[in-house]
Amino acid sequence: MSNAALQPRLSAGRIAIYATLLLACAVYLIPLIVMLLTSFKTPDDIRTGNLLTLPESFTVIGWVKAWAAVNGYFWNSVKIVVPAVLISTLLGALNGYVLSMWRFRGSQLFFGLLLFGCFLPFQVILLPASFTLGKLGLANTTTGLVLVHVVYGLAFTTLFFRNFYVSVPEALVRAARLDGAGFFTIFGRILLPMSVPIIMVCLIWQFTQIWNDFLFGVVFASGDTQPVTVALNNLVNTSTGAKQYNVDMAAAMIAGLPTLVVYVLAGKYFLRGLTSGAVKG
Amino acid sequence: MASLELRNVNKRYGQGQADTLKNINLSIDSGEFLILVGPSGCGKSTLMNCIAGLENISGGEILVEDQPISGMSPKDRDIAMVFQSYALYPTMSVRDNIAFGLKMRKVPQARIDEEVERVAKLLQIEHLLHRKPSQLSGGQQQRVAMGRALARRPKIYLFDEPLSNLDAKLRVEMRTEIKLMHQRLKTTTVYVTHDQIEAMTLGDKVAVMKDGIIQQFATPQEIYNSPANLFVASFIGSPPMNFIPLRLQRQGARWVAVLDSGQDRYELPLSVEDGQSLEGREVILGIRPEQITAANEGGPALRAEVQVVEPTGPDTLVFVSLNEVKVCCRLAPDAAPRAGESLALQFDPDRVLLFDANTGERLSKAPEHIPAGQSGNIAQFAAR
Ligand SMILES: Nc1ncnc2c1ncn2[C@@H]1O[C@H](COP(=O)(O)OP(=O)(O)O)[C@@H](O)[C@H]1O
Ligand SMILES: [Mg+2]
Repeated sequence: MSNAALQPRLSAGRIAIYATLLLACAVYLIPLIVMLLTSFKTPDDIRTGNLLTLPESFTVIGWVKAWAAVNGYFWNSVKIVVPAVLISTLLGALNGYVLSMWRFRGSQLFFGLLLFGCFLPFQVILLPASFTLGKLGLANTTTGLVLVHVVYGLAFTTLFFRNFYVSVPEALVRAARLDGAGFFTIFGRILLPMSVPIIMVCLIWQFTQIWNDFLFGVVFASGDTQPVTVALNNLVNTSTGAKQYNVDMAAAMIAGLPTLVVYVLAGKYFLRGLTSGAVKG
Repeated sequence: MASLELRNVNKRYGQGQADTLKNINLSIDSGEFLILVGPSGCGKSTLMNCIAGLENISGGEILVEDQPISGMSPKDRDIAMVFQSYALYPTMSVRDNIAFGLKMRKVPQARIDEEVERVAKLLQIEHLLHRKPSQLSGGQQQRVAMGRALARRPKIYLFDEPLSNLDAKLRVEMRTEIKLMHQRLKTTTVYVTHDQIEAMTLGDKVAVMKDGIIQQFATPQEIYNSPANLFVASFIGSPPMNFIPLRLQRQGARWVAVLDSGQDRYELPLSVEDGQSLEGREVILGIRPEQITAANEGGPALRAEVQVVEPTGPDTLVFVSLNEVKVCCRLAPDAAPRAGESLALQFDPDRVLLFDANTGERLSKAPEHIPAGQSGNIAQFAAR
């Protein structure tokens, strides 16, 4: 094989491909750049300049004000997301384990119904969920919101884990049973350690879903327990005084940052977990 | 170490499904090596899982040391199993794989270390103890899988096709090692295979299985020399036994099988206990390749045209056509003729078998009726 094949020349076709890719990048990145630039400008600057100019005088006042406004709600979100993500992932793993390794009569039907849960739109469960939370005495509490997120997320996490575990050889569980391990020992000592890729997928998926959720937050929480997405909305939609775009943009960035961080930290597992099947036995 | 007995064991996987195991009766003494052999899908793994307690049986009883164990959970049965896929725990090191069963049984750490050392030494895997299964070759994984079973010193070992994922050379090596190990440890073992050479070489007893039914349960020699039916006869032995369908002919007081090679005819004398029952009945004559050899000078012989010659090294396989059936003969390598040549063949009528053409059952031989002095050339049969 010649070197030419390995080092492609810059042909017209290639230039077209690069141009298209750059354009696509720009489409996604320009809003982010606008947000970033705006967040560091003064309100006067924003009114006089155009969207893409650099700040005349660079200031972090927007970020400071934004943090002051959403700080409490940001921690609300953390308090909702962390338990909701962990519980739904753990329960999903347990469900997937049972549905793949300890099949019972009707387990296929059970799994089918659970799958149905993945296609339920958020709006459909609002009324039944708020009724249930009311009966449980959990209305307008963080615990209640966590519960709703866990239940709603269970369909997805179960699906992830079940599909991962069906490709794990059943002989592994049989060997462990003969070795004297019980239901939970097999789960904890053998299956969970080999589930790292799918655990990552689940964590990222659930984190993104729950952190970015607005509807459940606005319906099932009120006042001081609201998540950051709702607080952001309230901040942006205040009608009193002049619009402080720099504060709005900074607050939006703050609200979006955690999901970005999670992707950067665990993103490589996400792809790996989605594409790889089971660990070979 | 323990005796194992299966009494009328039945297994059905679900309501409305056919029985996967039908009335299995087997019994082996403490320290014996039982081979379970049969084609793929006949229920061998199912039977192993039933013995191990991984599947519930639908009827009958399984006894270890004369105690029923059907109601016990797998971990209480004290049985270890080696799986065809090895089923090593992928996230654990080799050491932890071997130690897992002992840890689960709350064996003190010092004892565990001792056992792991012993097993690793026995299987020559000491240098691999810190590795993960994914860093091992197929043969090494196989050894670790055996190590995991050996570490617990269970009452019974179950091996489910342990060698079928290895290449041919390694398979032969491991076969010998398993035999050696069994001779040393003398633990009761049930060994599943679909390889008839493993079946013949390893076992004290062989159970041949087909469609969930035990076709024959006997020693390897009995299975080879006196197969109960056509299935067993064709399954055991390589190259397989030759089967020639024919009608027996009466010649005075005795019966003969007439073999026709196209250029010659030969009357193979058979002595049958119950003469009348063979009248006009279709039978199948079974002759193993080594029972057809190059004829001695002057003896009775059948001339036949050699169609194909396959030298295998230790002996040469020659194919001829008898009664329009392709028949394999096993000749000494120096006696090898060329294709197209004419060859004089002689038969070992003592070892010739007769099968009922309709049922496939063997017509039982009655050696006690062979008149003294005649046994050299007359095979005797009784219709069963
Ligand atoms: N868990 C199961 N559920 C239903 N049928 C099964 C199950 N396991 C095995 N079978 C059926 O039982 C028969 C015997 O299978 P198996 O014992 O694995 O055969 P072998 O090990 O001899 O190849 C096959 O027809 C198979 O389809
Ligand atoms: Mg099998």
